[in-house]
Amino acid sequence: MKQPNSQPTAELMLRETASQTAGPYVHIGLALDVAGLPERDEEIWNRMARPEADGEHIEVVGTVIDGNGDLVRDALLEAWQADARGEYRPEFDLEQPFNGFGRTATTAEGASEWRLETIKPGTVTRGDGRVMAPHINLAIFARGVNIHLQTRLYFEDEAEANAACPVLNAVESPARRQTLIARREEADGRVRYRFDIRLQGEGETVFFDF
Amino acid sequence: MQNDNKRFVERDRDWHPPAYAPGYKTSVARSPSQSLVSLQTPSASELTGPDFRQLRMGRYDNDLLMNFREDPALAGSAGLPAGERIIMFGRVVDQYGKPVPHTLVEMWQANAGGRYRHKKDGYLAPLDPNFGGVGRCLTDEQGWYRFRTIKPGPYPWPNDVNSWRPAHIHVSVMGPAISTRLITQMYFEGDPLIPLCPIVQTLRDPEAVETMIGRLDMARSRPMDCLAYRFDLVVRGELQTYFENQ
Repeated sequence: MKQPNSQPTAELMLRETASQTAGPYVHIGLALDVAGLPERDEEIWNRMARPEADGEHIEVVGTVIDGNGDLVRDALLEAWQADARGEYRPEFDLEQPFNGFGRTATTAEGASEWRLETIKPGTVTRGDGRVMAPHINLAIFARGVNIHLQTRLYFEDEAEANAACPVLNAVESPARRQTLIARREEADGRVRYRFDIRLQGEGETVFFDF
Repeated sequence: MQNDNKRFVERDRDWHPPAYAPGYKTSVARSPSQSLVSLQTPSASELTGPDFRQLRMGRYDNDLLMNFREDPALAGSAGLPAGERIIMFGRVVDQYGKPVPHTLVEMWQANAGGRYRHKKDGYLAPLDPNFGGVGRCLTDEQGWYRFRTIKPGPYPWPNDVNSWRPAHIHVSVMGPAISTRLITQMYFEGDPLIPLCPIVQTLRDPEAVETMIGRLDMARSRPMDCLAYRFDLVVRGELQTYFENQ
């Protein structure tokens, strides 16, 4: 790998600002409705696809569970995904039918499920030509999480693509790979995938460094 | 193969706080026990991210003195939040010092008494009817952002028998890709609570703590109005690699 020689050496590089936990009140800043605050003209939230968006419309739901088996009720999640054709579209615009970015949160009440309304992404090809199975990238922020956790959600009904996915296969333990597979359910005539995230312990979700 | 020719400088996880930091008790059950799986070949999934230039910002989205007033039309000082008026500003740059323009900077905070507008916050300090505690803006061409707000108060929290959070503002920055996404906190120069805080202490390197301290900037303070604090944010730098497929 060559690098342009105009890049300064490591010693001259600035350090990335250090991370701090988003704390228990992250909803005030990034999920105003959940915090009970008045919403602004445009908010980034969990409806990523409008009815006219191309692709298979799906709902994705789940919980976040800690090492004691308790629900994490104050998490914020961010999703980033390709469109139905497997292309990332950076422009976020609430006027367009589909946005590849969304936010959702677990809440203090009830089952504390997060939820995304989106479309099933297509396959994405890496720079080396290898094809990755359809997936949604998720980041988890919460009190007690000192730097956000990054994971990927894959789809149960994409068994063939999953088996060939270079990223899933980078997880050495086949049992751990299963933590990245969302289960398909039908609910009220809609396709829904369930993806529970376990931060620690038995069934701990695979988190990535990139 | 969108943007697969990009690379970001590797994240130094010894510089960031570790997931498991027992002095900060909530981290004990919320930290993964398995190591992170390294993605040796980042793809468009990691190297792209949302661009919020089309997201409509409200006139007062970055002005917390105005954006939660009972009646924004109120003249003079009636209906303004209580507390020390401040300007919080800075530049978002990458690790090479290059400005990061048009990126979303979001923030949230307690009021001057140290109370959050959140149903789970039961601290005895009163809510301020004119203060919500949330702001956002996009950086300009040169990477600058700016908020007008009040200085938040310190507050106690149940981590230990007598734990107090120093005054702080939570800051969220997106940067050019999800690889550069970061949430941090700005603390205030000179606050004696900073070294005592178990959350600050999750950082092992004193220099990392220094990067999170907003500095008083008298040149940008407004006489008879606001003090200014400068807080620059550094997101991961982008390396261009031109021959990765060969």
